[in-house]
Amino acid sequence: MSAMLHVEDLRVDFPTRTGMVQAVRGVSFSLGQERLGIVGESGSGKSQTGRAIMGLTPEHANISAKRLEFSGIDLLKVSPAQRRELRGNRIAMILQDPKYSLDPVMTIGRQIVETLRTHEKVSKAEAREKALDMLAAVQIRDPRRVFALYPHEVSGGMGQRAMIAMMLIAGPELLIADEPTSALDVTVQLDILRILDRLVIDRGMGLIFISHDLRLVSTFCDRVIVMYAGRIVEELKASELSQARHPYTQGLLNCMPRIGADRHPLPVLDRKPEWLL
Amino acid sequence: MTAALKIDKLRVVYDDFVALKDVNLTVNTGESFGLVGESGSGKSTLLRAVAGLAPVSGGTIDVNGKRLGRTRDKAFYRQVQMVFQDPYGSLHPRQTVDRLLLEPLAIHGFADTEKRILRALDEVGLGSSFRFRYSHQLSGGQRQRVAIARALILEPSILLLDEPTSALDASVQAEVLNLLEQVRRDRKLTFVMVSHDLGVITHMCERLMVMQNGQEVERLEAGDLATRNVAQDYTRNLLVASEGFVRGA
Amino acid sequence: MSDTAMTRREWLLTDRPQSRMQARLGRAYLTWRRFTANRLAVVGLAIILALLFVAAFAPLLAPYSPYIGDLKNARLMTPGAAYWLGTDDQGRDILSRLIYGSRLTLQVVVLVAVIAAPIGLLVGTVSGYAGGWVDAVLMRITDIFLAFPKLVLALAFVAALGPGIENAIIAIALTSWPPYARIARAETLTVRSSDYISAVKLMGASPMRIVLRHIMPLCISSLIVRVTLDMAGIILTAAGLGFLGLGAQPPLPEWGAMIASGRRFILDQWWVAAAPGAAILIVSLGFNLLGDGLRDALDPRSGGQ
Repeated sequence: MSAMLHVEDLRVDFPTRTGMVQAVRGVSFSLGQERLGIVGESGSGKSQTGRAIMGLTPEHANISAKRLEFSGIDLLKVSPAQRRELRGNRIAMILQDPKYSLDPVMTIGRQIVETLRTHEKVSKAEAREKALDMLAAVQIRDPRRVFALYPHEVSGGMGQRAMIAMMLIAGPELLIADEPTSALDVTVQLDILRILDRLVIDRGMGLIFISHDLRLVSTFCDRVIVMYAGRIVEELKASELSQARHPYTQGLLNCMPRIGADRHPLPVLDRKPEWLL
Repeated sequence: MTAALKIDKLRVVYDDFVALKDVNLTVNTGESFGLVGESGSGKSTLLRAVAGLAPVSGGTIDVNGKRLGRTRDKAFYRQVQMVFQDPYGSLHPRQTVDRLLLEPLAIHGFADTEKRILRALDEVGLGSSFRFRYSHQLSGGQRQRVAIARALILEPSILLLDEPTSALDASVQAEVLNLLEQVRRDRKLTFVMVSHDLGVITHMCERLMVMQNGQEVERLEAGDLATRNVAQDYTRNLLVASEGFVRGA
Repeated sequence: MSDTAMTRREWLLTDRPQSRMQARLGRAYLTWRRFTANRLAVVGLAIILALLFVAAFAPLLAPYSPYIGDLKNARLMTPGAAYWLGTDDQGRDILSRLIYGSRLTLQVVVLVAVIAAPIGLLVGTVSGYAGGWVDAVLMRITDIFLAFPKLVLALAFVAALGPGIENAIIAIALTSWPPYARIARAETLTVRSSDYISAVKLMGASPMRIVLRHIMPLCISSLIVRVTLDMAGIILTAAGLGFLGLGAQPPLPEWGAMIASGRRFILDQWWVAAAPGAAILIVSLGFNLLGDGLRDALDPRSGGQ
């Protein structure tokens, strides 16, 4: 299984009034046709890593890497036209809150159709059919009705499904999901994850799942990367999470209150300064 | 002994939407009671109704034995305080921590404000160096500590907590939950806590109520969740969902 | 390393302020830095400071009297060594009249701002916070005032009370406050339902206290920007009134009135009207640049913080 994504020594810096903020400090990993989870708390750099791959790093930031390659294409040197060609078509990204990533003045159906027609030469009728199929594939029971709705007229879970439909309609090979379920109720979260699970398996996609929820990621992904202060502190198979060796990972696992585990007070993460190095 | 909080057939209606439908609840003094549910369940609305921030269209609320009317008086605010969910929205963006803590003291006419402010900051584990910072200079966990200090500075006996840690990172959540437990122990407070996270609720509360669509689904002891001793399917679904994803299912 | 005293910059930028004053000054310093990063804004500020300077030291700066002219020898002189901007039809030095006129301009602008802004702020915040019929009534009153173009209302006022710069100021102030009320109301509506206002309610704060101490401070930035940007318009309105003979009365050296009286000579002695015109232009530009700069500096959302 050859890797579709190679990341080597990725660095992202932001200039601020008080100096350079190093959001990502030398992250390296590769991804094949598998599911990789990137876990970290706020400020760990996990979102910026995902955005760097997608080319969504803000203009004023500095991004560099020894290697940032997708399917042989150098993502650092790619032209804007090539990037537009890649986005949606070969690499797609799902964000946390559909309220902010779906266009509020276009109906859901129209947004999906537009996304498809940007990448494939299909007639409007054909695109509409494909869009309806896609809405059905994300388990929306009445695709025709939802097709005509605006984003503010649907619930959070349905909006997220609509966003997944829109991002996957052009058949990308790699999906980056940045906290796709964090804004949703817990039962809805599972529905969305089941849909993603099904789609990733059926289409043979690679998936990068970015989240703060270590346990959720370990149940959904094959491999897990734990980030802290811009660096990877641990990389392990999801099934071996309980044998994590880095104290940060162990601390993160232990500090969550669990049903049935009665620990008062909760074990607190003892942040060691050497983790910052 | 009178109950700290007694709610009888409470009904809250926003325009056409019925947020709470005839909810009954009794919280004993010194107890920690949890309200669990998903969005739209009415759990936050219940807290807001007690605080006087939601329009009550039916039913009664008694706090420490006294029936509450349409509005709340200053004496009420010396007994009941609230900690809000969003640390980024619950502190005034243009006021320093010092000013935020001074306000309740000024409204109620306390004299020894300097001493009380320092003591409040100390109690929540923030040093005096935080005193003159603005809220945008604080992390999420620090802001929530300030919110807790602000709630406690009037020395209430009942604390309403609306998802106090859901916007925080896991490691920070543990610290804040520990702080809340310690504060409750030290001051012998009554907690009414809302959360969507079953783990947090069972950790912090002794008894809890599951809510859905503005109504009570089930009432449980925290231990019942651990032993899966639940009666309703909805509660069972919540339990299963909180365990995470199961592949191939 | 021994404990050397912090540099002043460090003291202002520290993230551990030791007193209210230090925190406030630090915040003001950051705003100042954001402001000065914009060159044009600094130009605007410089122009306004120059205006203040000229107005303050007018008696020292003006070479001649603005009221008494040399009718016999110096009528309508071209700009030259003796009279830098020439003279008008009454032999008065235009430069001196411009310098003294700056006082009138400043007087108009400051008084209008001082009258209109607080009224607008109060009406807007009370209206936005109270809601219901209070909001409806106050907003209808605002609409009534908004319906009048500044000049038309000023004309009406002056017709009723007689011409003069005081009445002109009142008239302009009365038409200036409605937009401020609108802005304040919009900001109030945005923040009214936020948690930090709920938290203050939960302490037992009275509505007036909430409006005065918690909501008004949030509206001040937008209001300052809007007032500054409006000043150019206010100057022009006052100049318009002066042009129509309804504002400052002769022999006051109000810039608009100077343009009016210079109208007759515009073809041959163009400087009589052009000089005050240029002064109005420069000062309006200054206020516009200053207002734009303030908007960028006071809005904390812009830029990579």
